[in-house]
Amino acid sequence: MPIDWINGLIGGGLIGLAAAIYLLVNGRIMGASGIVGGLVDGSGHHAWKERGALLLGLFFVPAIIALAQGGASTFATSNLAILIIAGLLVGLGTRIANGCTSGHGVCGISRLSLRGIVATVF
Amino acid sequence: MRSLVAFLVGGLFGAGLLISGMTDTRKVQGWLDIFGDWDPTLAFVMGGAIIPMAIAWQLTKGRTALIGGAFTALSDPQVDRRIVIGSVLFGAGWGLSGPCPGPAIASLSFGGLSGLVFATAMIGGMAMAPTANRYLDGSPQTA
Repeated sequence: MPIDWINGLIGGGLIGLAAAIYLLVNGRIMGASGIVGGLVDGSGHHAWKERGALLLGLFFVPAIIALAQGGASTFATSNLAILIIAGLLVGLGTRIANGCTSGHGVCGISRLSLRGIVATVF
Repeated sequence: MRSLVAFLVGGLFGAGLLISGMTDTRKVQGWLDIFGDWDPTLAFVMGGAIIPMAIAWQLTKGRTALIGGAFTALSDPQVDRRIVIGSVLFGAGWGLSGPCPGPAIASLSFGGLSGLVFATAMIGGMAMAPTANRYLDGSPQTA
């Protein structure tokens, strides 16, 4: 089994664990699009401290790991037009659907939307 | 306390995204490239994440959150117009450049200009969403 798959499984487990803790301890659903989006459009302002704290962790921990391992590979494209269009679509789409497909997936819904994505991309 | 937990959760989330390779857009594009050089890593990430979450859902039955009081009510899981349209838009953007919102934040520190431009555009898209939602169904956003 390629190392990528094992890393995927371990990383996925951490993501699931994080979502599980957030649900069981704070009673909330962990979804990046919901947390950021709620701050952007004001629907989540009542819990801004909690949301902000989560985002800080989400930002700083990978930053520290990336620094420790001397960088991390990320964006395959640096075409600004593509990045802007893609960013707008991702931001708008996740907030219309009330979550990204990955979030829906982790929280256990939405096979249909995954199919929608595959259909769209090809 | 809530914020401390949230910070730790965010950190775990971020570490998981980085370790699993979700912050690398090539992994995502490899996953979507079904007919080419298909990379199934994403399925392992999803599988790894669903297991603890499935257990957590079981544990919520008949309890309240440890410090949070009642659990957030789940939105109606019905597949409606918004889920389909939103997912199609998201899918198109995701396929174009790679990151979903979580990894976009997690990779801000090392994503350089690309990451910054993407995150800014994403926030712009999110700001437009309430208007689009009013147009789509007239009901207020739940999140």
